[in-house]
Amino acid sequence: MKTFSYVRATDVATAVGAIASEPNAKFIGGGTNLVDLMRERVESPDTVVDISALPLTEVEELPGGGVRVGALTRNSHLAAHPLIRARYPVLSQAILTGASAQLRNMATVGGNLLQRTRCPYFYDDTAACNKREPGAGCDAIGGFTRGHAVLGASEACIATHPSDMCVALAALDATVEVRSVRGTRRVPVDGFHLLPGATPHIETVMAADELVTAVELPASPLAANSRYRKVRDRASYAFALVSVAAALEVTGGAVAGVRLALGGVAAKPWRAREAERVLLGAPATEESFRRAAEAELAPAAAQPHNAFKIELARRTITATLRRLLTDGSAA
Amino acid sequence: MTQTEVRTPPLRETTGSAVGAPIDRVDGTAKTTGAARFAAEHPYPDLAHAALAHSSVARGRITAIDTAAAAAVPGVLTVITHLNAPAMKPPPKISPFNLVSLATGTSVNYLNTDEVHWNGQPVAVVVAETRDAALHAASLVEVAYQRLEAVVDFAAEEGNAEPQKSNALQSGGARKGDARAALAAAPVSVDLRFSTPQHNHNALEPHATTAAWDGDRLTVHEATQGIAWTRGQLALRFGVPERNIRVLSPYVGGGFGGKGMVWAGTVLAVLAARVAGRPVRLELTREGVYRTVGGRTPSTQRVALGARADGRLTALVHTSVARVGRVGGGGEQITSQSRHLYDAENILLQQNLVTLDLLPNTMMRAPGEAIGTFALESAVDELAYKLGLDPIELRMRNEPTVNPLDGKRFAHRMLREAYELGAERFGWPERTPAPGSMRDGRWLVGMGVASAYHPSWQLAANVTVRLSADGGVLVRCAFQEMGMGSATVVAQIAADALGVPVAAVRVEYGDSLLPGGPAAGGSAQTASIAASLLPAAEKLKRSVLALARRSPESPLRGTRASGVLARDGGLYPADGRGAGESYPAILARAGRDSVEARVGSDTRVGAMVSQARTVGKVLNDRRRWVKAACGAHFCEVRVDPDTGEVRVTRWVGAFDVGRVINAKTAASQLRGGIVMGIGMALSEETLVDPRTGRVMNPSLAEYHVPVHADIPPIEVHYLDEPDPTMPLGLIGVGEVGITGVAAAVANAVHHATGRRVRDLPITLDKLL
Repeated sequence: MKTFSYVRATDVATAVGAIASEPNAKFIGGGTNLVDLMRERVESPDTVVDISALPLTEVEELPGGGVRVGALTRNSHLAAHPLIRARYPVLSQAILTGASAQLRNMATVGGNLLQRTRCPYFYDDTAACNKREPGAGCDAIGGFTRGHAVLGASEACIATHPSDMCVALAALDATVEVRSVRGTRRVPVDGFHLLPGATPHIETVMAADELVTAVELPASPLAANSRYRKVRDRASYAFALVSVAAALEVTGGAVAGVRLALGGVAAKPWRAREAERVLLGAPATEESFRRAAEAELAPAAAQPHNAFKIELARRTITATLRRLLTDGSAA
Repeated sequence: MTQTEVRTPPLRETTGSAVGAPIDRVDGTAKTTGAARFAAEHPYPDLAHAALAHSSVARGRITAIDTAAAAAVPGVLTVITHLNAPAMKPPPKISPFNLVSLATGTSVNYLNTDEVHWNGQPVAVVVAETRDAALHAASLVEVAYQRLEAVVDFAAEEGNAEPQKSNALQSGGARKGDARAALAAAPVSVDLRFSTPQHNHNALEPHATTAAWDGDRLTVHEATQGIAWTRGQLALRFGVPERNIRVLSPYVGGGFGGKGMVWAGTVLAVLAARVAGRPVRLELTREGVYRTVGGRTPSTQRVALGARADGRLTALVHTSVARVGRVGGGGEQITSQSRHLYDAENILLQQNLVTLDLLPNTMMRAPGEAIGTFALESAVDELAYKLGLDPIELRMRNEPTVNPLDGKRFAHRMLREAYELGAERFGWPERTPAPGSMRDGRWLVGMGVASAYHPSWQLAANVTVRLSADGGVLVRCAFQEMGMGSATVVAQIAADALGVPVAAVRVEYGDSLLPGGPAAGGSAQTASIAASLLPAAEKLKRSVLALARRSPESPLRGTRASGVLARDGGLYPADGRGAGESYPAILARAGRDSVEARVGSDTRVGAMVSQARTVGKVLNDRRRWVKAACGAHFCEVRVDPDTGEVRVTRWVGAFDVGRVINAKTAASQLRGGIVMGIGMALSEETLVDPRTGRVMNPSLAEYHVPVHADIPPIEVHYLDEPDPTMPLGLIGVGEVGITGVAAAVANAVHHATGRRVRDLPITLDKLL
């Protein structure tokens, strides 16, 4: 990789100050994605600002029952945290399906939010990629598209977002707190990642000099009955073909509350609002689940190798809701 | 019992208990403590590091190459391209009469040409003070190409395949009777098309070379399966005598065929060392392995079977299309097992090849049979269902007593017994045959079987055995140890042959200064070494006995060699009457520090003679016998009915591999083959972009080998019956384990779901 300068920040103000003064700088937390991308020459920062010493590792209960998670909380720590396991099982499960134990021990919550796609044409610098080089074209289109998006893709980019954690956060209506020299702002996670449109290189609403400082999970009785289902090409250490984060509350045989989000199908964690709309108030039955899944996938459009994802997403939504109904959050 | 009666000399008597014992690897401690030094771990005080820059086009000529940015990276010593590289001799043309030529990975004379022959061919080598600097600088080499039309799409080229020519080592086809007519007339038949994708090598240790020149003498630390071939190739390429080159390869982190040939990294490390005037290490990146080391050919296959209502086969047709590179590679024996597994009245086999502008294919664990058994053994299962027969019963009704094609005798064949043993251990009778009839909660459960088959081979090996005055034994042979347990089994064989404990035996290997060993390929290494080690030990015993007989005080005076048994660290009368003597006592009295015996010669003429003798023996043997390992795989899968996810949940393999030399390392070999086969069945696939010929998943994250969670407990059983035509009765175990595995999985998936997947890998989308 290219040589770069290294700055170690010990407080948030210094960190955001350091990044603001340097046009081609990157924060590094766990480094589990950035270092790979630097080795593959996809990212070539001149300066790397090490934020791993910042005091952003707390997981705290908020008044009202929500939980605030520091951005540098390690994935493994968050997944094992009693508050998360009890109140947001979907989040704990989602994290544990991602990567490997070694990677989860290093990876941070903030870094997980900012993971970049695993599209092979993004990683190979001999291929054209609008995300890597705006305006270059997209070699994924017409290439191997088995892992690519079926929702929200554009003619410029058909990549997917690789995170599992973010799919759970989308279902949980989490909020992302970001900080820069201009101050602090809060963004709902569903609005945090962007669909590609004509500018697939712009992946989130964050400015280059902003730092994720925390993720907040709102109180949600519904979330205690939630689960994550990841479908992939091997039993472990593979990215999702399709994943589903779901929470369900049933009263008197009818759906009283539901949250659904999909992974592996779009450039962002896909909050399935149409499916939620169909389900709310409907009888909690296999037919309703299937109808909701079909409604959500109605606008889906396939590439030559990934049409199966549309049916797989329908089936996985249905199966996950069915499982929630019978087994709750239990593994 | 269907084993053919054979008449051969009785097996050599061994009195020790080492052969067969599940003893620990003699190199286990060195490996687990990190004391073992692999090819990329040899320190030199002024070591430099090399990295490759790869082409980004499949075919073309380099019109310009800009190395300024690369050369400017701090720490870079030199950037070598075709414009400034010293001349090398071109690689030898592959010929069965020149064994060293079999190690030619590609015919490209790297950096001696402006021609590009595949997407990923090395076009420059950067030498730097550190590996990081070399890798970064290599990424900055800018190359302009005149692109030439490249043919890279295997699927599109299938129609242009041409019949594979037969040679001394491999047949492109075979026929008996009129299989087409018999197929058309058969009351029951299947006629099926299968496909398998390209597979790439992913040994734990990526290929690595550390090369140091001293004038015209060269030392190479190399991760290789063929020390002698590497030395021979480098001598030819760099125009120095073989005796000037020392190749050291005592530890190799997995080979599987990928380290059988000499690839670009090896040649270019040696070239870089010559240019830099310093020792150079070139460790391929994982991506570099995909770009410069061949893999397994993709294939399409047709298997058609015709049968009478009772299941007896009247027709067996197996044809294949595979690919080679325009600059190398060879046909893989995809129809090999179809010559031997079923007693069909009419047989038609033909392998066909297309030639593409891609990195050539190479050997990969059971090249040919690994994918050929997938098609054949899946088709047999389909026929069994069509006939309403149990798939094992169908196999047994067609189990031949002599080789189906030509009536040759089997040296050893216990497939029937393997199925009996496996079925009992697996619990096959509990299986209900109807697809989809077995469940475990929400999971669909399926059970499948398939046969394993791999021919057994032998190569030449020169061996010396030295007995020291302290009773210690030293065995020397330049063989390769890639993790199979070779050094351990050689020690076991020597221990029993000389009647000493394993701990008294030291084995030197992995160094071209040692007596010439066989390449580690074709599951042949152990048998090849044993074939020389046993007579060497015999010669040694005779020499020691001769020493004893010279002394009037020796109790062995007057004893004939045939009447002596080596046991308990000495020689004793075989009939148990009278006294014998320990080795130290014999040597001490004779005033000797050691006694040595040798089989084979390493002089140029001697090597040719021993090669010719071995090849002659092997060919003569093969005229008389069909020799092979075989086995029966039993697989249980669970399939998620919603998502189509397949999990292998149980495995039993029962093998006929002759006498097992080490029950522990042999089980590891067979188990490893099954693991690799499960990867082939469910997840492994190299993605070659049909527009560019570029491998798009050159990493362990995107090329899906099985992870631990994909692999169930695997039970391995042996029949442990010696093959009377093989040294010690042993048959190689390195490759047979992978054969048949993908078919057993596919057959189990069909049993679980009713769906036949004939295109590997069996990913979930094929089951939705």
